[in-house]
Amino acid sequence: MPETRPDGTVALPAAAQQRVAGDALLLRGGLWITASVLAIGLVLPLATLFVRAFEDRDGGFAGLENFGRYVTTPTLLAAAGNSLWIAAATTAIVVPVAFFYAYALTRSCMPMQALFRTVMLIPVLAPSLLPALALVYLFGNQGMLKGLLLGHSVYGPIGIVMAQCFYCFPHAAIIMAVALATTDARFYEAAEALRAGRGRIFATVTLPGARYGLVSAAVVVFTLVVTDFGIPKVIGGQFPVLATDVYKQVVGLQDFNMGAVVGLVLLLPAIGAYLLDRWAQGKRAATLSGRAVPYAPRPRRQRDLPLLVFCLGVASVLAGLLGVAAWGSVIRFWPYNLSLTLDNYDFARFDAAGWDSLLVSVRMAGLAAILGTVLIFCTAWLLERGTRPGRLGSILRFAATLPLAVPGLVLGLAFILFFNHPANPLGVLYGTLAILVLNSVVHFYTVAHLTAVTAIRQLDPEFEAASASLKVPAWLTCWRVTVPMCLPAILDIAVYLFVNTMTTVSAVIFLYGPDTKPASVAVVHMDEAGQASAAAAMAVAILGVTLSAKLLQLGTARLVERATQRWRRR
Amino acid sequence: MASGAAPYLVVEEVSKAFGTVMALDGVSLTVAAGEFVSFLGPSGCGKTTLLRAIAGLDPANSGRILQAGRDITALAPAARDFGIVFQSYALFPNLTVAENIAYGLRGPAWPKPRRASRVAELVELVGLTEHVRKFPAQLSGGQQQRVALARALANEPGLLLLDEPLSALDAIVRLHLRQEIRTLQQRLGVTTIMVTHDQEEALGVSDRVVVMNHGRIAQIGRPEDIYRRPANPFVAGFVGRSATFIAWVEAAEGLLQAGQDGWRIAADAARGMPRGTRVEVFIRPEDVRLTRPGEGGAGSFPVTVRHWEFLGPVCRLTLAAGPQRQLEADLPPDAAHALGAMPGAALAAEVPPERVLVFAADA
Amino acid sequence: MFRRTIAFGLSLLLAPLAAEAQQRTRLTVYTALENEQLQPLKQAAEAALRDIEIAWVRDSTGVITARLIAERQNPRADMIWGVSVFSLLQMEGLDMLEPYTPLGAEALRPNFRSDRKPMTWTGMDAFVSAICFNTVVAQARNLPRPTTWADLLNPAFRGQIVMPNPASSGTGFLTIAGWMGSMGEAPAWDFMTKLHENVQVYTHSGSAPCNNTARGEYGVGISLDMRAVTLKNQGAPIEIIVPTDGVGFDMEGTAIHRGTRNAEAAKRLADWAVTRDAMEMYGRWYAVLALPGVQPTVRGYPAEFEQRLVSMDFRAIATRRDQILRDWAARFDGKSAPRN
Ligand SMILES: Nc1ncnc2c1ncn2[C@@H]1O[C@H](COP(=O)(O)OP(=O)(O)O)[C@@H](O)[C@H]1O
Ligand SMILES: [Mg+2]
Repeated sequence: MPETRPDGTVALPAAAQQRVAGDALLLRGGLWITASVLAIGLVLPLATLFVRAFEDRDGGFAGLENFGRYVTTPTLLAAAGNSLWIAAATTAIVVPVAFFYAYALTRSCMPMQALFRTVMLIPVLAPSLLPALALVYLFGNQGMLKGLLLGHSVYGPIGIVMAQCFYCFPHAAIIMAVALATTDARFYEAAEALRAGRGRIFATVTLPGARYGLVSAAVVVFTLVVTDFGIPKVIGGQFPVLATDVYKQVVGLQDFNMGAVVGLVLLLPAIGAYLLDRWAQGKRAATLSGRAVPYAPRPRRQRDLPLLVFCLGVASVLAGLLGVAAWGSVIRFWPYNLSLTLDNYDFARFDAAGWDSLLVSVRMAGLAAILGTVLIFCTAWLLERGTRPGRLGSILRFAATLPLAVPGLVLGLAFILFFNHPANPLGVLYGTLAILVLNSVVHFYTVAHLTAVTAIRQLDPEFEAASASLKVPAWLTCWRVTVPMCLPAILDIAVYLFVNTMTTVSAVIFLYGPDTKPASVAVVHMDEAGQASAAAAMAVAILGVTLSAKLLQLGTARLVERATQRWRRR
Repeated sequence: MASGAAPYLVVEEVSKAFGTVMALDGVSLTVAAGEFVSFLGPSGCGKTTLLRAIAGLDPANSGRILQAGRDITALAPAARDFGIVFQSYALFPNLTVAENIAYGLRGPAWPKPRRASRVAELVELVGLTEHVRKFPAQLSGGQQQRVALARALANEPGLLLLDEPLSALDAIVRLHLRQEIRTLQQRLGVTTIMVTHDQEEALGVSDRVVVMNHGRIAQIGRPEDIYRRPANPFVAGFVGRSATFIAWVEAAEGLLQAGQDGWRIAADAARGMPRGTRVEVFIRPEDVRLTRPGEGGAGSFPVTVRHWEFLGPVCRLTLAAGPQRQLEADLPPDAAHALGAMPGAALAAEVPPERVLVFAADA
Repeated sequence: MFRRTIAFGLSLLLAPLAAEAQQRTRLTVYTALENEQLQPLKQAAEAALRDIEIAWVRDSTGVITARLIAERQNPRADMIWGVSVFSLLQMEGLDMLEPYTPLGAEALRPNFRSDRKPMTWTGMDAFVSAICFNTVVAQARNLPRPTTWADLLNPAFRGQIVMPNPASSGTGFLTIAGWMGSMGEAPAWDFMTKLHENVQVYTHSGSAPCNNTARGEYGVGISLDMRAVTLKNQGAPIEIIVPTDGVGFDMEGTAIHRGTRNAEAAKRLADWAVTRDAMEMYGRWYAVLALPGVQPTVRGYPAEFEQRLVSMDFRAIATRRDQILRDWAARFDGKSAPRN
């Protein structure tokens, strides 16, 4: 019997109190784990980067000296300008193309939409180096289509923009497809009832409805181009851009302080884009009412046929570039001996790590996918559903969206500065698989986090309260209800982390060690050494892995659906 | 109200703030064992907050809550003894009806056979025997509601909490289910608190009603008391329908004067109030008696029919009593026809003095 | 079932991590050797020294040098094997090399080993900068066959030449060091300024110019001889031209990093690096070897090129390496977009 207190109330049995405390402790402990991961993998490295930008080579305080050196070095400034106009040019090309492609997918009765949706995603699965390599085969000095460039060289802005268009297209198209798919059909009915013409409807309903999507897409493309490293590295020739400057300062000149300065400069457009995108997202959410009626297009030849032709054109360029890279990877000695061979896949001939680097990549991506998914999903759940996350919760919520604003190259640089600091006991991680995994998880944290949060928010907010009232610990309900219900989203997160970790170059190029060189870095090295065929072969091998992962996801998604999503059927 | 026995649930001076919003401001009440109590009030008045404070889901900032003599103020929900049905039901969509109901039946106390028989008993109780293998999405709203109820009752909690359990249902199912809930509650004898913003629901099923406003308790009482003897203008205005206007106490005992036109009405409640007191007057439509002009009693006054609304069992007439005053009166359609109560008609109206609700209007 | 699959997958991913804990001593070896040389050398060395495992960290000469220097407070390398002697001498100046005379090092040619006692480095091989000339491209674009460096100033070569960036590439550096040796410093800068007009791109690595020329991307690549020979042997339509007006050459060498935690193992690897076996390995790719009497097996080198080597004062150039590179970067680095 519980003891009765003087005031007539009864003290709770200690065991019950403890169980409750234990539960809360577990939940809080989880958040602290995430907090330390983000501290070690994001905040402290970025802080180190920031400090180093104000230090001289020997660690003394240099004030603004590095920045002074930056603005007085014409080549560095030129690189910043180049980055901006390259990004602007790519955005100007990609966003309209993506808009019409997405328009065809969502607003027309064009045939083969499923196929076009699939083809659209190809570039996501390939490292950004792959289109650049393919362009060398097509438009290089010995390129098959060199004539089309009218004597201009592909090595430089032209090549960069072309490759960036390929690489950024799916990102823009996905955003546009979502924006166009969520428009309310009632606007169209109203416009038609008011006898507006098609052109007028397009200008007054379709475009305004998609305008925040357009802003988001433009912002994402712009940031991707400014921060991408692989493409200018392969096809940029002597054309300097910010991303290659960071690499040159750090790897070429080992000038970490100037590297930190350029890194901070690179951070600026990324942060600006991040803020702009958040603004657009907020605006877009506000324009959508919960009772929107989905738009169902009706067939119309005059619209569907041109769109089909257009999509065929875009899709063949996407598939074509991929095909060229694949073909280039099996050519014996391009362009003089076009007989086919698998010799280029004997990677040990070109790079000491050989096939091992692909294995490293698979292990790295596999671990990032598994550990990252567990960490990110659990954290999202704790933040959304844990017992009163409090201030730590709000800090984490903010920190979780930060990585989106940090370019991979900057994160990678921040990692070396932090982990390689002589006083850092975590220095033992330098060059290990662990640091690569940590870097990848942090690098791709935000999108995965948002996916998890969205999935969790779709669930009834009272699940945890209901489970508490039934005296079932929250984590058990998470495991029995939340996880199974979110399984499709969880798979999405895992594959997203896997694919991106497989293909990323920028963050890991600073971090790999003697026997942890990822395949994407091997591509860069082989290309640096002029081994284009081997580089293409490795890029194709990476694509093979990511494609298999994606197909595996589609396959398992069905199984998972049958096993866990039975309840969805009515 | 079981005033003699020790109360089952005691809420003492409970307050809760969300930022600067005082969702609960010094709320105190007691609930006897086996009692059915409703929290009634406009949206945002703090009903859900109070319920969740009792459940421990959103603990109060200050005050004390005792259940069965035990101080549960600081306890986590899992350490308390209650079952709850949420407005959304919060059924686990990926678990079957049976799995949902059995969800809380775990641990060594619930070996498989015992659990199975308890689930069978509960589905029987709520009449869902043939649906045990279905998923919630395959059930109707009313059926889902019953699953939620069965799940909340599975552990035989001492206290059943219902947060707007019927608000997601359509009118007919709603009426039916609220009676069912009441029957079930009486059969099991479980102490129950229901949150609702629907006064008919609250008055219809409860032993006592707690009317809330702006985070405070406006009145606690039996349904009839709440309706007939509202403690303040808020309750009078919120519960039931009434016409309301401002008046002053006359010199004569129990007489009110309203407006410049010298319009007067007798009200028992105004007896003893000092002369000149400014008061709020509430008159319910069913208390207004209509007669032909000149046929009324001493207290009757002339009115003109402004508007006529057919509601089925009754007609609701909007009456003008003088230039600025409006009253409403309910009477059966046949009686209305007999009186010739068409818009524009002149009639006499009378309100029994004991039925006029009067509250001193401060300031 | 599902859970077991996951557990199995996890163990597959994690297994190699556990397996890494082995008994052999791991030596982290920084190198600028060509990629395809790493695997055979590692195999040969590990076969000879069974308890040693080599972990390569490879990059271009300039990069690996900069990295070694940057890391010198907190070194990660145990050994340096296959890095330009210019770099080794610069590191010797920074007191980064462990003095140790490998067994048998006295047998090396005198100018192929450190002059300190004990030695700080030992030589492996020497190579020269050469011109890779794509004959197919030359025919198509009407390029004359160059025989001297000076020939490359011919306006016909405008935009046709690719050379390594000396800041990152050892080959690039030895090339300009050679020009300075043969022409004198001021005329060499003058020559480079004019040559810059004809250069399309300065590449990160020393072998890239020849690789790219072999693929016909450019007509003329300034590169290292060894790369050119390998490509020619693979069937690329290139000719290797060792200019008659004197070529710079570079030695590659071996050294132990000061402060290594695996000094014993590092010394044994340093011993092996000067053995006849090792020299024969080097001889598979290079024509000039440090140990007299070892016959290189590489084919296709132009005859009598040894006579064209300019005389170089390695130490003098090494001490000025930083300055030269800074001057070079100020004049030519990223100065312009690609020209057509
Ligand atoms: N989680 C919360 N955060 C901030 N304010 C809240 C929260 N929950 C309730 N409130 C506020 O507290 C007040 C009472 O809310 P609630 O108890 O839900 O009202 P009811 O259930 O009576 O409609 C409202 O003003 C509401 O806006
Ligand atoms: Mg409520």
